[in-house]
Amino acid sequence: MELAVAHETIARWQFGVTTVYHFLFVPLTISLSAMVAGLETAWVRTGKEKYFHATKFWGKLFLINIAMGVVTGIVQEFQFGMNWSDYSRFVGDVFGAPLAMEALIAFFFESTFVGLWIFGWDKLPKKLHAACIWVVAVGTMLSGYFILAANSWMQHPNGYTIDPVTKKAQLTDISKVLFQDTTLVVVFHTLTAAFLTGAAFMVGIASYHLWKAKRRPERSDGRQVASMRTSLRLGLVLAVVAGLGTAISGDSLAKVMFEQQPMKMASAEALWDTQGPAPFSIFAIGNVNEGHNSVELEFPGILSFLAKGDFSSAVPGITDTAKAEAAKYGGNPNDYIPNIFITYWGFRLMIGFGMTSFAAGLLGLWTTRRKFWLAPDKRTGADEPPRLMLTKHRELGPALTRWSWRIGIWTMGFPLIANSFGWIFTEMGRQPWAVFGLMTTASGVSPNVGTGTQLTSLIVFTALYAILAVIEVRLLVKYAKAGPDVAERPPAKDPTLRGPSPDEDADRPLAFAY
Amino acid sequence: MQLHDVWFLLIAVLWIGYFFLEGFDFGVGILTRLLARDRAERRVLINTIGPVWDGNEVWLLTAGGATFAAFPDWYATLFSGFYLPLLVILVCLIVRGVAFEYRHKRTGERWQRSWELAIFWTSLLPAFLWGVAFANIVHGVDIDREKNYVGSFWDLLNPYAILGGLVTLALFTFHGAVFTALKTVGDIRLRARVLAQQLGLLTAVLALVFLVWTQAHRGDGWSLAALVVAVLALVGALLALRAGREGWAFLLSGLTVVAAVAMLFLSLFPDVMPSTLDPAYSLTVTNAASSPYTLKLMTVVAAVFTPIVLLYQAWTYWVFRKRIGVQHIPAEQG
Repeated sequence: MELAVAHETIARWQFGVTTVYHFLFVPLTISLSAMVAGLETAWVRTGKEKYFHATKFWGKLFLINIAMGVVTGIVQEFQFGMNWSDYSRFVGDVFGAPLAMEALIAFFFESTFVGLWIFGWDKLPKKLHAACIWVVAVGTMLSGYFILAANSWMQHPNGYTIDPVTKKAQLTDISKVLFQDTTLVVVFHTLTAAFLTGAAFMVGIASYHLWKAKRRPERSDGRQVASMRTSLRLGLVLAVVAGLGTAISGDSLAKVMFEQQPMKMASAEALWDTQGPAPFSIFAIGNVNEGHNSVELEFPGILSFLAKGDFSSAVPGITDTAKAEAAKYGGNPNDYIPNIFITYWGFRLMIGFGMTSFAAGLLGLWTTRRKFWLAPDKRTGADEPPRLMLTKHRELGPALTRWSWRIGIWTMGFPLIANSFGWIFTEMGRQPWAVFGLMTTASGVSPNVGTGTQLTSLIVFTALYAILAVIEVRLLVKYAKAGPDVAERPPAKDPTLRGPSPDEDADRPLAFAY
Repeated sequence: MQLHDVWFLLIAVLWIGYFFLEGFDFGVGILTRLLARDRAERRVLINTIGPVWDGNEVWLLTAGGATFAAFPDWYATLFSGFYLPLLVILVCLIVRGVAFEYRHKRTGERWQRSWELAIFWTSLLPAFLWGVAFANIVHGVDIDREKNYVGSFWDLLNPYAILGGLVTLALFTFHGAVFTALKTVGDIRLRARVLAQQLGLLTAVLALVFLVWTQAHRGDGWSLAALVVAVLALVGALLALRAGREGWAFLLSGLTVVAAVAMLFLSLFPDVMPSTLDPAYSLTVTNAASSPYTLKLMTVVAAVFTPIVLLYQAWTYWVFRKRIGVQHIPAEQG
């Protein structure tokens, strides 16, 4: 491999590995914090113990997850400087602002209030304690917002000029970075996808417990079942709402991208030639060198609808777009074609896995619908696992029931796959650009960092992340399988901010300790 | 005072805040082996910083982000130049965060022991390496015309830088011991007080050599003033410890950190990364800074949000103000 190429390749691999890994935890952190906040609020308002147990249970899983999200996020803040110093010099004036805002406005909130929430059970009044996790939830969303604003600027640079002397990007209007349509639509899409992820996570684990309780009623505990029933319900409703939101925002995002980065969308469809009306591809095997697909299966007119909102508009193909970009920026048209295999299949896996989770949510809601919809003899109590009902009177057969619970459990992982491929698609679909139209990825690499150094850090991070993944997953499995600790009682009296008087309770153990 | 000078000051404030706060939690991590005698005492130590270490670490991320926004070239040169030490620091911070959160999630002896060891080493290494990094920044490194560091990894481990690393290591451990004396109760508190006095003396010797060396190399009147404050604060902290006034001792050990880091920044100004190849290649507050628009924008953001952050972080410390002893540590949960 040529040295310069290796240089860029290693840097890109490291960014890919660390970022995709980081983003496994981000959506779960965003959604679980809000869901735990909702559950705790329900407990504070109703005093029902099932909400308390659900809060504690999901809270534990949330904390195992956020720990990884936080520590892998540290790398994100610094690796632009480490591996991408020329990129950092070029964009810092614009790109650094949302990053600094994220740390100062959002990340401080998250980190400080999560500490208050973990250790504050016996120190803060109930309502204030619940408010802490709400602050965390809002903090995580704000965090995501600023980072996505920075990323959107790379997708569609806006509100800047190029300084004539230094040839660097300079911010001229921050509102065009924070509020441009790319940012807003991407934030909507990412947040809804994050909630779909958390919803599927909750559905999966709740399904596991409810199915187990169904199979072994003698070993199940009614209080555990009650809190898992509530969780399943919350998960299913959120999966449907967030799934719908993801689809709608995905459609808006596609329309924005057809406008701003036609190449990315053409490559998402492996649409080689400009067509009108353009079909939506279901399956294709393309030949990049010859610029056509050997096998394809498609729905006519749908791509035109995705791009422009009607069934007949022409959609520019890869070949024409590459020629246009080469004419504009110089060089060979082939330099402007991303990796079609990855973008095409990444786009499909993203939509496929995302929408499967949405469908699972819909099916789940229907089969477990509330008792008033069902015949009296089919209704279940709040502390029994729900029957899966096809119609008002007809239960699913044993095989279908088994499969339904299984699908419920598997759904847990689907949005994680969808999220990863969504990012891989959108970042690789922008290539060869780091900042679209302004800076190529190859020219952003640190010139003074040797390939040996780069390789060291790639290996170190990959190995460390692999080890941590094993540890994390094992812990998650352990705590998820254990289910809510129903022996745990909510704090008897509401703690006051003044704390205990010096003599009273002075040696009482902490409610929570590391 | 121009905007880029304001931002130099703000970046200095963020680093000072970081070293003040994470300084003692690095110190507490190191003390898990120097001071704690058994598992219960190690848990006491870890729990003194349990609710706050994560918020403390955000000061680093903010310093990083603010440097990126206000001085992109400083950010780019520093982190691409000090690549390998930074890599070690990042790995340590990753493992350290996970260690705090995961140690108590299983009861096994080996599991907990491993994470406790991890907490010790991942507190010790960054405490040392930050000193090495800052000593190199102040001393100047081989920066070429393109603002890139062209020296090797081994060049960063020069005697001055290693002395700088030892100073931060000793200072943070001392600061952590004072914090432990302030936050614990019982036998461990008394031992922390004694150990803090010994560490304070060691820190005084190392820091005096390092700071005088710095003063001789790059200092001016302002940095000399900061040096004097640092030395007086350290002496004051030792006297307060002797008198059993732990609150005062902590304020003064904190002031030592503040003054020592401030002295480094004062001797740096107006450079941000001096070049040893040619002074003309040095990165300065003017040639490394962002445009006035970005600086103005970030000034507004910082002016609004920094006080809010300080308020709620201070409130957190107030909520968890109670001293902890072994009797407060609940039984391990499975």
